Amino acid sequence: MDSCEVTKTRIPFKERPDWADVKPVPQDDGPCPVVPIAYTEDFSETMDYFRAIYVADERSTRALQLTGEAIQLNPGNYTVWQFRRVVLEALGVDLREELKFVDRIAGENTKNYQIWHHRRWLAEKLGADAVTNELEFTKKIFSQDAKNYHAWSHRQWVLQALGGWEDELAYCQQLLEDDIYNNSAWNQRYFVVTRSPLLGGLVAMRELEVNYTVQAIRASPENESPWRYLRGLYKNDTQSLVQDSQVASVLWDVLTSQNSHVHALRFLLDLLCHDLEPSQELKSAVDVLTPQSCSPDLALTKKICSILEHADPMRVKYWNWRKSMVRVQLLQSQNAERLANLSVQE
Amino acid sequence: MESRKVTKTLEDQWVVERRVREIYDYFYSISPNSPSDLIEIERDKHFGYLSQGLRKLGPSFSVLDASRPWLCYWTLHSIALLGESIGGKLENDAIDFLTRCQDKDGGYGGGPGQMPHLATTYAAVNSLITLGKPEALSSINREKLYTFLLRMKDASGGFRMHDGGEVDVRACYTAISVANILNIVDDELIHGVGNYILSCQTYEGGIAGEPGSEAHGGYTFCGLAAMILINEVNRLDLPGLIDWVVFRQGVEGGFQGRTNKLVDGCYSFWQGAVVFLIQRLNLIVHEQLGLSNDLSTESADDSSESELSDEEEHLEGISSHVQDTFPLGQAGACQENASHSPKIADTGYEFINRPIAMRPLFDSMYLQQYVLLCSQIEVGGFRDKPGKGRDYYHTCYCLSGLSIAQYSWTDEADSPPLPRDVFGPYSKCLLEQVHPLFNVVLDRYYEAREYSQACETVSPLSLAPTFSET
Repeated sequence: MDSCEVTKTRIPFKERPDWADVKPVPQDDGPCPVVPIAYTEDFSETMDYFRAIYVADERSTRALQLTGEAIQLNPGNYTVWQFRRVVLEALGVDLREELKFVDRIAGENTKNYQIWHHRRWLAEKLGADAVTNELEFTKKIFSQDAKNYHAWSHRQWVLQALGGWEDELAYCQQLLEDDIYNNSAWNQRYFVVTRSPLLGGLVAMRELEVNYTVQAIRASPENESPWRYLRGLYKNDTQSLVQDSQVASVLWDVLTSQNSHVHALRFLLDLLCHDLEPSQELKSAVDVLTPQSCSPDLALTKKICSILEHADPMRVKYWNWRKSMVRVQLLQSQNAERLANLSVQE
Repeated sequence: MESRKVTKTLEDQWVVERRVREIYDYFYSISPNSPSDLIEIERDKHFGYLSQGLRKLGPSFSVLDASRPWLCYWTLHSIALLGESIGGKLENDAIDFLTRCQDKDGGYGGGPGQMPHLATTYAAVNSLITLGKPEALSSINREKLYTFLLRMKDASGGFRMHDGGEVDVRACYTAISVANILNIVDDELIHGVGNYILSCQTYEGGIAGEPGSEAHGGYTFCGLAAMILINEVNRLDLPGLIDWVVFRQGVEGGFQGRTNKLVDGCYSFWQGAVVFLIQRLNLIVHEQLGLSNDLSTESADDSSESELSDEEEHLEGISSHVQDTFPLGQAGACQENASHSPKIADTGYEFINRPIAMRPLFDSMYLQQYVLLCSQIEVGGFRDKPGKGRDYYHTCYCLSGLSIAQYSWTDEADSPPLPRDVFGPYSKCLLEQVHPLFNVVLDRYYEAREYSQACETVSPLSLAPTFSET
C-alpha cells in the first residue's frame, strides 16, 4: 500500500484476478450533474469498486486494501474512512500497522479533518501505548507549522484521554521561546495550567504564571497574546486581578515606555471597569498620554478611551462605544447613589 | 527574555503587510483623493468563473469529491450575492444533483452514494434555499432530515458530523442552522447544545472548535450563531467576545482568524458576521455590562454633560423605540424561563427584524477595501490574500463578508445601505444582503421561511420528498 506503488505501477481493478467477481458500481451523477469533476480513470475506477464493496458491506482484506487506495486518491472522503474503520474492526487488524498507514497519508494533508479524526480513533483504541507516539507526531507537525489547529486539538485530546502531561509545560515554554507570538502555544499553556492533573490548577499556578507573563509583556508590549493570557489567569476572579501589584507595575512600565500602549490601556480600562482604585502614578501616566483636547476633569476611563481612539484608529468605533458604555455605567451608579442617599434621609 | 526577537510570526506578518501596502500605495498614488472610484466588483468575470465551476471542474477537484454540495453552495450563493441568475436549466440540474446526494435515511452526503454529513447537509440545504424554487425546497425530506439530526446528537450535548464522525462547534451550527431554517427544531434537538458551545468559549473571548482549543473566527461565528438560534446567547460572555473579535481586524483592513495569525479574506465573513450579529444583541450586552436597559431615564441627565459621543446620540435616539418593542429584561428572561421565550423555531426571523441599537464596532470601509483590492482577482474569483490563488470557498466568503460590511450601517433589515457606506461606485459594487445567521441571501431566506412555516400545518404525508425519476 505504498503511495509510490499506487501511482506508478497501479494495475486497474478490472485486470486484478482477485477482483474479478466484483461488479463496479458507477456514481449516480444523473444526466446533467452540476459541479461535475473530470475524474482521472484511476479515480473513477477505484471509486466504482469502492461503491461496490461499500454497498455490499464487504468487510474483507481486499476491502481494506481498496479503502487505502481510495484514501490516497482523496483523503477527504469521510465515507471511505468510516468504512475503513468498520473493516479494521471486523478483521481485528494490528492497529499499529494502521498508524503507519495514517502517517504516510498525513504527510501532505495536515489540515484534513478526516485524517485527524481517524488518528484519534486509533489512539483511543491503542490506549496508553499511543501516548508517546502521538505526542511525538504532533511535535513533528509543529516543527513545520507551530499553529496547526487540528494537531493542537489532537494533542489536547491525547493528553486528556490518555495522559502524558509530564513535559507539557516545558514544551509550551520551548515553543514560546522560539516564537513568543505563537498564540497557539499560549493557548496550550493555558490548557496545561488549568487542566493538568500534575500542576494543582490555575490558582496554585497563578503566581508563577503571572511572573512569566509579565516578563513576556515587558519584552514585547505590542504582543496581544500574553495580555489575553494574563487576563485569562484571573478568569472569574477579577478581585484578585485588581489587587495584583505585579499587574499594576507592568502597566505603569509599559505606559511610561516608548512602546505601543494599546494593550496596556485596554487592560487598564478593564481593571477600572472592575473597580480598580488607580494609583496616582497610573493616573499621571494616563494623563501624559491624554490628548490636549480632553478636559482634565474627564473620568480616567473616558480619558483612556479617548487616547485609544487616537492611538488605535482601526478600532475607533469600538473605543467610542466603550466610552459610551463607561459613561452610562457611571451615570447609573450615580443615580443609584442618589437614590440610596434619598432613602437614608427618609 | 530577549526583546523583540524576530520570530516566524513577525516575519510572516511583515511579508503580508509589505505586499498589502504596495497594493494600497499603488491605488492611492494614481488617485490620491478617491482611490475607491477606481475599483469595482468584476461582476462578469466572477460570474464567468462561478458558472464555469457549476458546469465543469478539472481533475484536481477530485480532492473535493466529498464536498460537492459545498461546491454548489459556494458557487450558487456567490452568484446570488452578485444578483445574477444561472437560468432554469442549470437550476433544475442542481436540484436533481442535490437530490442524488440526499440519503434515504435523511441528510445529504458529499456526493451521490456517500454517507450523510452535517456540513454537506448544511451546504445542500442552503444551496436549495438559494435556488429558491418550490421544487428545490420540496425536494428536502424534512422528516428524515430531523431523524438524521437527532441521530447525530452526542452525549456531550454537541453533534457529530456523521455516523462515527467528529464532534465540534461546526457540527452544532450546521445542525441547528438547517433545523431552524426548515422549521424542524424541538427541545430534544437543542438539549445540551448550549452547554457544549459555552464550554468552547476560551479565556481570550472567542470560541474554539472543541473545549480547550484556541479561539478561532470560524468557530466563533458558528458558536455565536447557534447560540442565538437556540435563544441562549446571553450565556456567552459577550463583552469578552466583542473585545476579542474587534482585535481580529488587522492593519491590512481584513480579519485574521486567530490572535497573531495572518489576515485571510474568508474571515471577512466569519469575523465580520460576528460583529454584525453582536450589533443586534445590544440589550443582552448592556445587561452583561451591568447596565439597565432603561436608557431613557439617563437621557434627562445627559443634557448636562457636554461630551456626547456619536454612539450615545445613536443609542439615545432609538432607546424609546427599543423599549416599545422589547420589554425590559427580555433578554435575561429568555434563559431563565424557557416557556416565555419566543418560539425557538422562529428565532432567525425575530433576530433579523430587531431594531439595531448599536453601530458596527469594526471598520467596515477598510474591510471592503481589503476584499476588493487584496482578495479580488481581476480575471474572476477571490483569494485569501495577495500571492495566493483563487478558489470557490474564498470567493463565497469574501463576497459574503463584503455584503456584511456593506450593510453593517443599515438600521433595519431590507433597507439599502447609504452610498457613503459602500466602498467603490455604489451601483457597481452593491451586493445582495444576506441573513447573517444562515448566510443565505435575505430574500431567499424569507421564501424558505414561508415554505417551512406552511409545511408545519400540512399533513406529514405531504412532506414526502419529490425524488426525480430517471
